[in-house]
Order: sequence, then C-alpha cells, then structure tokens
Amino acid sequence: MSRRPGAAKVPPKVWAGVALVALALAILPFVAAFAGQAWVRILNFAMIYIMLALGLNIVVGFAGLLDLGYIAFYAVGAYMYALLASPQFNIHLPFWIILPMGAALACVFGVLLGAPTLKLRGDYLAIVTLGFGEIIRIFLNNLNAPVNITNGPQGVNLIDPFRVGSFSFARSEMLGGIYFSGPQKYYYILLLLTIGVIFVNIRLQNSRLGRAWEAIREDEVAAKAMGINTRNVKLLAFAMGASFGGIAGGIFSATQQFVSPESFGLFESVIVLAMVVLGGMGNIPGVILGAILLTLLPEVLRYTMEPLQMALFGRVILDAETIRLLVFGIALVAIMLYRPAGLWPSAVRKRELEVARAPEAAE
Amino acid sequence: MSRPPLLVAKDVSKRFGGVQALSEVSFTIGRGEIYGLIGPNGAGKTSLFNVLTGIYERDEGTFVFDGRPLDRVKPNQVAERGVARTFQNIRLFQNLSALENVMIGRHVRTKAGVFGAIFRDPKTRAEEAAIERRAYELLDYVGVAKRANDLAKHLAYGDQRRLEIARALATEPKLLALDEPAAGMNATETQGLKRLLEDIRRDGTTILLIEHDMKLVMSVCDRVLVLDYGRKIAEGTAAAVQSDPKVIAAYLGGEIALNMKGA
Repeated sequence: MSRRPGAAKVPPKVWAGVALVALALAILPFVAAFAGQAWVRILNFAMIYIMLALGLNIVVGFAGLLDLGYIAFYAVGAYMYALLASPQFNIHLPFWIILPMGAALACVFGVLLGAPTLKLRGDYLAIVTLGFGEIIRIFLNNLNAPVNITNGPQGVNLIDPFRVGSFSFARSEMLGGIYFSGPQKYYYILLLLTIGVIFVNIRLQNSRLGRAWEAIREDEVAAKAMGINTRNVKLLAFAMGASFGGIAGGIFSATQQFVSPESFGLFESVIVLAMVVLGGMGNIPGVILGAILLTLLPEVLRYTMEPLQMALFGRVILDAETIRLLVFGIALVAIMLYRPAGLWPSAVRKRELEVARAPEAAE
Repeated sequence: MSRPPLLVAKDVSKRFGGVQALSEVSFTIGRGEIYGLIGPNGAGKTSLFNVLTGIYERDEGTFVFDGRPLDRVKPNQVAERGVARTFQNIRLFQNLSALENVMIGRHVRTKAGVFGAIFRDPKTRAEEAAIERRAYELLDYVGVAKRANDLAKHLAYGDQRRLEIARALATEPKLLALDEPAAGMNATETQGLKRLLEDIRRDGTTILLIEHDMKLVMSVCDRVLVLDYGRKIAEGTAAAVQSDPKVIAAYLGGEIALNMKGA
C-alpha cells in the first residue's frame, strides 16, 4: 500500500524546502520588526485568524454548514481566558490549563448551537447562527449586573500574558544575546500552536470523519442512506470547529491583555467567513492564504493610502480609514468575480492527473 | 419458494396529504432472490423504497428485516442493519472522487473517531488501508476502477450508476435496493448491468430491483411485484405476472390515459 510515494521516502529536495520555510518563519519576526513592532503584532494576528479560519473551515468548508455566528466561540474562549487569568476574580491560572478549558467550553457551546439547528441548512442555518453569535455578544455585554461577571462593556483588563514560571511572553528582554520584544516572543508560541492546528486540520480532513463531513456537504440524503449518522457527525463538526475558535480566543485574550464585547461583533464573523470563502473553501492551504491576506491587506492599506494620495493629488482626499474599507470591499468583490472558487481552491485538477497511477493499485 | 425470508413487509401504507402513495402493500423477499418491483409511473415504487430505507416515515404496516422488525429507524440505522440503496436520480457525492465515494460507503462498517484521525495510531492506519483496498476492489468489481481518481460528476452516466452500486455494496448490505439502475443505459450497458446483478446475487446479496426495462426485469428477476396506484396488483414469477390481465390493464390503461391527456 505505498500509493502515496511521499509517505515512504521524502526526497532531499522536499527536506530542503521544509528547512527553507522553517528558516524563513524563524527570522520573519525580526524582518518584520524593521518595519516596526506593529508589524510583528500583525503577524501574530494573522496566525490567530488562521486558527479561526481553519476552525470555521471545518464547519463551512468540510461539512458545508453556513455558520455566521462563529465568532461567538472565539468570544467564549477569550472570556474564559480573561476571567481565569486576570484580577477580575483574582484567579491566575496558567495558560496551558486555560487554553484546553477554553477549547472544551467552546466545544460545549458548539454542540449547544449545533443541536437545535440540525435540520437547518443554507440561509436558514445562517440566520440562526447569526442570532446565536449576537446573543453571546449581548450576554457578555450585560453580564455585569446583578452580579458582575464580565465587567460589561468596559471589558476585562490587565489579563495575564502567557507565562511559564517567571518567563513572561509579554516582557521584552535579552535572550542569549538577542533582543526579543514581547510580540516576537508571542510569535514563536503562536507559530507552534498554529502549526499544531494546521496539522490537526489536515489529519481530520484525510480521515473517515473528514470524508463523512464531505459526504454531508455533497448530499445529506445520500450520506444518511450510506449509514452516516448525520446528527452526530454534524455535531462533531460544530464541536471541532468551535474548539479551534475557543483556542484562538484564549490566545487573543493573552496577547491583547484586554477583551471587551466589541471585539466579537458580526463584522468579525463575516471577516472570518470571507477568509474561508476567499481563500478556497474546504482547502486548507487556501484558507490559510485567505486568512493571511485578509489580515495583512487592511493593514497595508492603512499605511499606504495616505502617502499614495499625497503623491497622486498632493493632498489627502479621503482619510485612510474610509478608503481602506472601500479598497478592501472592492478587492473582495473582484476576487469573487474572477476567482469564484477562491484564490486557492482544492486540487481537483491535480487529482484528475493522478488517474494514470490508479489501476495498478486496484489489483 | 422455499428460500428463508430476508424481508417481510406487511400492510405498508403511506399517504401524502390526499394522495395514497402506498396502501397495504405486503410481500416477502427470500434470501438470495432478485426481486423485481414494477408498475407504471407514479405507482409508488420509489415511495416504497423511501419508506423501507427510513427516508419517509410510514403511516402503517411493518417491515421485518433479517428476523428483526425495522421500526422507527433512521436511514443510517437501516443502512447499518444491512439495507443499501441507490437512487433513481443518481445521488453520488459529485465533487469527490469515485474512490472517495466508495470509501464513504465503508463508513458504517468502520470505527475511527477524532482520536484516530488526529494521531493515526496503527489500528486507524490499518483500518484506512483496508478501507482503501476494499474501495478499489469494489470499483474493480463494478468495472469503474480506471476512473477511481476522477470526480464522480465527470463519470459517464452508466459509470455513475455502477459507481452508485459500488458505494452501496461498500456498506456490506444483505439487501441491495436498486432504483432504476438501467435508466438511460443502452442495450450493451444493460447487458453488462444484468451480468453485474447476477454476480452480486451469486456473491450472496439479495437484490430488490425497481426497473422499467421489462426485458431486464423478466430475464433477471426470480419474482416480481406489480404496484399500481400504491396497491399490489400482482406478484409472482416474471412469466406469470406478464400474462396477468390486471397487469396488462394497468400498463395499457395507464398508457392510454396518458396518450389521451397528451392529445
């Protein structure tokens, strides 16, 4: 059964490629730091969004369930971390305990959302999930009375950063003769977590479960008739997707050290969905690309739009914030018009080219 | 007929609003039989399939399958019990490869969960390899192995029908229910299908066959059930049913009525 040649022997070229990518990823935060620490933070955000988008991709891309309230799970994870590692209740648990707890709680919420919506699809499901997302946000906004839990619209402040013993990821310091800023330290732990999330997603896609999700996406009636317990498999998609959202939320809390309900509005849900759709629904590399582009593009526009206008017209006609959203919107429309399947859709063609190899394996 | 029964249907009824799709249909399918289900369009053949496989809930009646009642079960549980089906209007997983379609058919007979998917322990790896091997075998069995890596939607019509049969066989059914498998096939393809059906029966799977191609039905079916307006109007060997005046009336009458409507 050596149908995939890559599994048996990895050619040196591939190793060289992997080493090169690893090196590039390792020095990236220092390169970005030349443009300012803000860019290192943006890189970190890109990774948080990659995790979010990959989580949503399980629900939308694999199982084909349109979820517009996904950001709720991000909120659940973020507040879980905020409340268990801040002066709010004076609880200070370490992050490696809270992150799995946040994932588990988001998972529970995923099932809570999934269970009543099992029979809904498409537009109807989108409306219900949208409502769910808003409910969570409004709850967080109002849970400051009669008992103050979330501190309401003011949000939770002074959240603990990731910390191992006395080593804090938020503090800038010299390590082994190299100066590391806080965001740079975060970059590495985020990179590790992101690679983990990507790995899990790839494994899930190429598994019995991944196939069941895709079967439901393609034809739910046929999937049922083939013996797939669509209820359980759908709930599992919601739960898995939500747990990635929960992890991303916890990381968001720790890097920002501040959360408020404002960060979890409908717009965020839409952006994450746009990352999935734009990158190439159901295709993991595509979704990663979508997340990176949609995180970077607004930032690039923020820094380039005013100088550009100065150069072109000699004065600033539209302020950066306005034109940024305008260009961003036009870019989204253009991509959807010219690449309706996304920037990097799944490798349908590649699969067709493999036909020649198949018959030998059939004997 | 001395075959032990595999499926016993008793007084099965189904209404859709004012339309009586099935009324008190009873029949018994013996193990190893190829059992035909025929009737004019709208006679209730596909409704019977849907009620049997749990896609519709029946209003009355019972099915006893393999010695146990098939009551209030969901479609996936029906498949688990050993009834697999194909669809009149092909329902493959269009954007997945032929191989993946058949691999999905193995879902119900395999176990790997989240843990296995993520960690790929030796047991999961062995299971995955077995799924893939079996899927290739089945593609070969129905004769579409060459198209294993093509998307289902890119397969020729006849191949799609065969792929659907392979997918159904992957669930290890005791009863294979085929809804018009020869529809849209030419004479050569239908001959090939006939051989496939005989192979499947020989290898131990009972077949319930809805078909409009009378030549195929008459040559391959041991017994035939004729439905008209949701009622059973005849049952017996192909030859006996063919000369039954009620059957002739149903078919001719149906056609005449149709012609008159068209005129």
